[in-house]
Amino acid sequence: MALLSDLINLDLTDSTPKIIAEYIWIGGSGMDLRSKARTLSGPVDDPKKLPKWNYDGSSTGQAPGEDSEVILYPQAIFKDPFRRGDHILVMCDAYTPAGEPIPTNKRCAAAKIFSSPEVEKEVPWYGIEQEYTLLQKDINWPLGWPQGGFPGPQGPYYCGIGADKAFGRDIVDAHYKACLYAGINISGINGEVMPGQWEFQVGPSVGISAGDELWVARYIIERITEIAGVVVSFDPKPIPGDWNGAGAHTNYSTKSMREEGGYEVIKKAIEKLGLRHKEHIAAYGEGNERRLTGRHETADINTFLWGVANRGASIRVGKDTEKEGKGYFEDRRPASNMDPYVVTSMIAETTLLWNKS
Amino acid sequence: MCDLPSDCFSINGTHSSPPKHSLKIFEIIIFKMALLNDLINLNLTDSTKKIIAEYIWIGGSGMDLRSKARTLPEPVSDPKKLPKWNYDGSSTNQAPGEDSEVILYPQAIFKDPFRGGNNILVICDAYTPAGEPIPTNKRHAAAKIFSRPEVEKEVPWYGIEQEYTLLQKDINWPLGWPQGGFPGPQGPYYCGIGADKAFGRDVVDAHYKACLYAGINISGINGEVMPGQWEFQVGPSVGISAGDEIWAARYILERITEIAGFVVSFDPKPIPGDWNGAGAHTNYSTKSMREEGGYEIIKKAIEKLGLRHKEHIAAYGEGNERRLTGRHETANINTFKWGVANRGASIRVGRDTEKEGKGYFEDRRPASNMDPYVVTSMIAETTILL
Repeated sequence: MALLSDLINLDLTDSTPKIIAEYIWIGGSGMDLRSKARTLSGPVDDPKKLPKWNYDGSSTGQAPGEDSEVILYPQAIFKDPFRRGDHILVMCDAYTPAGEPIPTNKRCAAAKIFSSPEVEKEVPWYGIEQEYTLLQKDINWPLGWPQGGFPGPQGPYYCGIGADKAFGRDIVDAHYKACLYAGINISGINGEVMPGQWEFQVGPSVGISAGDELWVARYIIERITEIAGVVVSFDPKPIPGDWNGAGAHTNYSTKSMREEGGYEVIKKAIEKLGLRHKEHIAAYGEGNERRLTGRHETADINTFLWGVANRGASIRVGKDTEKEGKGYFEDRRPASNMDPYVVTSMIAETTLLWNKS
Repeated sequence: MCDLPSDCFSINGTHSSPPKHSLKIFEIIIFKMALLNDLINLNLTDSTKKIIAEYIWIGGSGMDLRSKARTLPEPVSDPKKLPKWNYDGSSTNQAPGEDSEVILYPQAIFKDPFRGGNNILVICDAYTPAGEPIPTNKRHAAAKIFSRPEVEKEVPWYGIEQEYTLLQKDINWPLGWPQGGFPGPQGPYYCGIGADKAFGRDVVDAHYKACLYAGINISGINGEVMPGQWEFQVGPSVGISAGDEIWAARYILERITEIAGFVVSFDPKPIPGDWNGAGAHTNYSTKSMREEGGYEIIKKAIEKLGLRHKEHIAAYGEGNERRLTGRHETANINTFKWGVANRGASIRVGRDTEKEGKGYFEDRRPASNMDPYVVTSMIAETTILL
C-alpha cells in the first residue's frame, strides 16, 4: 500500500536528530545472520563511538537460558540503504560478558592475524566473488525453474539476458546499488552458469574489512530477497547433477606480489598453500565436497593444482599477472558458504606467518 | 481511444495474455489509489491554519483503542490548552444508553504520522460528567501514585518491551504461517532475516519511524522467537508518560496494520504448544537505584515485589497463565524467582547492573496485553510506597 511506504520512507531529519542503528551479528550456525535495531541520540560515523549491546544468545544457539547474555562489539559502520537518512548498519562480533569471543566469533582471531606486524606491512588485498542461488519460497526450488522440472541445460545463462535466461535480476540490481549506497566496495555483478544463480564481487578490500564488507553484503542481499519474497541460498551445490555449484573464489595479493618480482613471491605463496591444502579445505565451507568434484570448473577436493588461466585448478593465476611478472592470484576452493573472516585470515597466515617446518 | 496508457499498448508486445480487460481494471485501481493518496497526503499548511486532532481513548474491554478526530483553529502543543471532548460510552460498553456521555480529558500530545503537518494525536482518559474517572480509566489512579512526593523524588524510569503477533486477516493465523499448518520450529526467527524467517517487517519498520516522528521515545525493535512475532521497546520514560507512550505506540501499530491489511494481536499466548508467548517486560529503576549503592536498593525492591507476587500477577494481564508456564523463557506463574541474566526468572537483573553495583531490573511477568498505567504505577507503589 502506498501509505505504508510513505511511513517506511519517512525522512526524520526535520523531526528529530535521532538515528536508528541496525546491529548485525552472525548466529549459532555460523551462517545465519541476525539483527535488531536501536535508537541513538544522533548520527555516528566511528564504530568506536557506538555503544556495546547484547542479545539473547539462548535464542540463537549461542548461550544457555540461565546465562543468556551475549555482548555485541560494534566493528564497522555502513549506511542503511533501507532506512536511508543518517541511519546505519553496524557489523558486530560477539563476546561473553567476561570479554572472551564466543566460539562462533571468527572475526576476533582473524583481526589478530591481520594486526600482526608481518601481515600489516604486506597490506593484504582481497577480492571475493560471492556466488549465490535464488530459490522460490516454500518449495525451495531455484527461481525461474518449472515446478517439478528442470530448465534447458547450462549454456545460455552465463551473463544472459531475457525472461527465459535471467531470473531475479531485480534483486541483483537492487543489491548492487544498495551496497554502493551503503559504502561497500562492490566491484561488479554477473549472471552465473546455472540459471537462477548470480555472483557479486567485493574488493579490493584490505585485511579484516574484506570480511566485514562481505558479511554486510550478504545481510543486504537477504534483506532484499525478504522484500522480494524469494529465498537466497549459499549452499555450495544446491542442485546435484549437471548443474554448477556456488563458490566464493578469493582473489589475493600482498604488497610484495604487487611489486616488481611479485610473480616469484606468488609462486612461493602458492607452494605454501599447497602444503596446507587439507587444513584450508577443512575451513573453506561445509558441504564443499559436493561441489569440488573436478567437473563444472572446479578442481577435485583432494587435489591441489594450480595453473595460469586454468578454471579447473585449485588456484588460478591470471594471464596478466604472468605477463607482467606481478599481480595477484585466485583461490578457487572456498565454497559460497565460507566464512570470509576465516578464509582471508587463513590465506594471510599460511602465506605470511606460517613456516614450512 | 487512449484514456489510460493501457489502452494504447499491451504488455510484452503481445495480445495473448493476460486479458487486456482485467489488466485495464487493475490499472484503473492503481490510478485511483494514486489520486486518493494525493488527497490523504495533502499538505494543508499553505491553505489553512486549522489542524486536525485525533482524540484517542481506551474502550470498555480495557484493551480496545478508540479514536475520533476534530478540527482545531490552530496548532496546539500543550495538552492543557486542548478542549475536553466527549463520546458515546454506550457504544463502547462504558456507559448506559440513557446517560451515555463520557468526557475525554486530553493528557498527552504526539505528532500525527498519518496526517503529517501540524496535525496531532491526543491520548485521553475518560470521566463521568460529574468528573469521576470511569471504571476502565486506569490512568487516573496511576497519575495519583506518580504525583506522590516519595515517588516523584525517585524519578522512576520505565523501559517497556512490547511484544505482539501479526495475524493474517479473516483466518486469524499468524502472518507467514501456511494456512492449516505450521512453520518449522523456533530457532531461526529471533532477529532473523529473509523471506522464510521474517514476516511483516514493513509493518515493524513503518511503525519505528512513525513513532520517532510522533515524538514517542521508541528505543528499538527486533524480530521475536516465534515467527510473525515482533517487539518494540519504549523508554526510558518517566512516570506516567511511560503509559501514555505505550498506548500511543499501540495505537499507531494498529493503525499501521489496518493499512497493511493484517491484524495485530496482544494475546499473551496466541498459539498453544511449543511456541513462545508474548510479554511486556517492564524495565524499572529509581534515582536511588541508578546511583552508588543502587544494587542494594534493587535487591530490597525485588524482595518487596516478591511479597506481593499474587497481587501483581492478578494485575499483569488476562490470560497470562497460558504464557507463564516455566518454559519458553518464562518463570511459572506461581513461582517468584529472580536472577542475574536469567531469562527463566520472574525478575532479571542484567550483568552490567550487577557489575557496576547500580542500574535497573526487568520485571518479566507482565503479559503483552497488560495496561502500562497499572503495571508501572503498581511497581512504583510496591517498591517506593509500601
